[in-house]
Amino acid sequence: MTNILEVNNLVTSFQTEAGRVRAVDGVSFSVKKGKTLGIVGESGCGKSVSSLSIMRLLPKPSGVVESGEILLQDNDILQLETKDLYKIRGRKISMIFQEPMTALNPVHSVGKQISEIFKIHFPKMNSGEVLNKSVEMLRKVGIPDPEKRFSEYPHQLSGGMRQRIMIAMALSTEPEILIADEPTTALDVTIQAQILKLMQDLQKETGMSIIFITHDLGVIAEVCDDVVVMYAGKIIEKAPVIELFKNPKHPYTIGLLNSIPRLENKRKTKLNCIDGAVPGLLDIPKGCRFQNRCEYKISECEKKHPDEIEVRPEHYASCIFPEGLK
Amino acid sequence: MSDLLEVKNLKKYFPIKGGILKKKIGNIYAVDDISLSVKAGESVGLVGESGCGKTTLGRTIARLYEATSGSITFNNRNITKLKYNDLKSTKREIQVIFQDPYESLNSRHTIGSILEEPFQIHKIGNKKERVSEVKSLLKKVGLPEDAYNRYPHEFSGGQRQRIGIARAIALKPKMIICDEPVSALDVSIQSQVLNLLLELQEEMKLAYLFIAHDLAVVKHISDRVAVMYLGKIVEFTDADSIYENPMHPYTKSLISAIPIPDPSVKREKTILEGDVPSPSNPPKGCRFNTRCPEVFDKCRKVEPDLINISKSETNHLVACHLVNK
Repeated sequence: MTNILEVNNLVTSFQTEAGRVRAVDGVSFSVKKGKTLGIVGESGCGKSVSSLSIMRLLPKPSGVVESGEILLQDNDILQLETKDLYKIRGRKISMIFQEPMTALNPVHSVGKQISEIFKIHFPKMNSGEVLNKSVEMLRKVGIPDPEKRFSEYPHQLSGGMRQRIMIAMALSTEPEILIADEPTTALDVTIQAQILKLMQDLQKETGMSIIFITHDLGVIAEVCDDVVVMYAGKIIEKAPVIELFKNPKHPYTIGLLNSIPRLENKRKTKLNCIDGAVPGLLDIPKGCRFQNRCEYKISECEKKHPDEIEVRPEHYASCIFPEGLK
Repeated sequence: MSDLLEVKNLKKYFPIKGGILKKKIGNIYAVDDISLSVKAGESVGLVGESGCGKTTLGRTIARLYEATSGSITFNNRNITKLKYNDLKSTKREIQVIFQDPYESLNSRHTIGSILEEPFQIHKIGNKKERVSEVKSLLKKVGLPEDAYNRYPHEFSGGQRQRIGIARAIALKPKMIICDEPVSALDVSIQSQVLNLLLELQEEMKLAYLFIAHDLAVVKHISDRVAVMYLGKIVEFTDADSIYENPMHPYTKSLISAIPIPDPSVKREKTILEGDVPSPSNPPKGCRFNTRCPEVFDKCRKVEPDLINISKSETNHLVACHLVNK
């Protein structure tokens, strides 16, 4: 299987009042062609910062990629000149965000916002073609009555409709990779089901790859082919989705999977949980980042963050007990 | 056991104002004719999508909103129209935990003063007693004692929610209305808070009205569950049967829409078309008729009543023409 995108040893840091903090610290993963990679983790684990680094959309000047490479078909995105970056961002890699209301411009009609993409990326298109293409995109993402919706403004649409508009915009250039940062978190479950289905259908049709960022393990299980689990700026486990849910190896992944309330559980029983909270980026412990919350901790864990070990084929975990946990 | 809370035909409409003179031009029918009861020590879950009126219902019961009509009886006392002074003793017994632990705590006050406030308002104890009471509260919800002199911003989301819970249980209420108490929290923290709520219920014999959009969470904590759609209850029964034997098409599709955290399970989903209609102009007949996969003629004309279809002792209420033939 060919990789379309490879991220190697990415380190991204932010300047804060209290000093520089590394939000992403030595992260490597790859995205397969036509497949969906899920990035899962809790708030502050660095999953969104990883994706913003790929898009080179980090807030300036505080956010900086310190080292690492992001290879899109052997081109390092981090080394690109601005003019070459524009040929990739929005064209080959697009992104959709969690809150479509803040991602859309409230003072322009949705039609205008979609047309803009065609005008920027396909300057040779005439206005008739732009209009046809835009309406076609709206139809493709399942917006009823697209000719009428074309001239409406974001506030006139529901949350689900706005997310559809975002998807239409992101896909209008037929990108090879779509980065979806918590695209359904702000939506109701029935609308979430619609949007997930839409994304899967469009993926089948276009053969694009998706990076799906979420904190919801249920969503990961439904839409992803491969998963990376992040914790406090590091990847602590990665595996194909079925393997990860069947044989989780890292204590954090195990803890996460055990702490979800499930419909088939007995009611009012005590849920398993991971004690404590995620460490702040300013006081990350030396050694394994999960040590303060880990029930299997030994003194070895305090020395250095464990290396990534291939515990089973295609399944990597960063723990000094990769096999010993059951 | 008698009912601790009894809500009858409760309605809460919000006026829509428009035009230059800001005259009333319509209503948002947020809660439209809802009846339910909660027994002492019981938890009743309330699920539904955004805009279905679940939060409004909770707030109207807590008397944070004035009801448009209907009655709320708490502990055999009709509290629907009580004024401030008469209401004070009841407010002590019904407390609320809010969704956003960042907005529901005053950022300029220390945790100590936030937690002492309920005692001051209800004139309980002297300063020394209050301080020791607050410290034992902190311990009860799993916070360090030195939290007393610290400010909300020094705490994480999960810890802030614990502070919110400590405030709610400070006066030893009989009932707590939990409005999405864990939806803003991370998965690993969510289970900590749910465990805490269950422990406190056991220990203090609390009744919960637990409002959430996450069905798995609601099922976990509730004895009975009511499903709401556009201001109405569409199904109401005990928590196990609502998941094992859902009768209303909306409940069925809600359950089918939950992503299951197990990639080896493959199932056919019923995906609902369209969006929830606006509560200012609900559809005629059954409110779900615009999205219902099993809609037929009658649904568009006649609104179905909420009827008990169970033959056993536990009630199973459903509002659907398919079931109530």
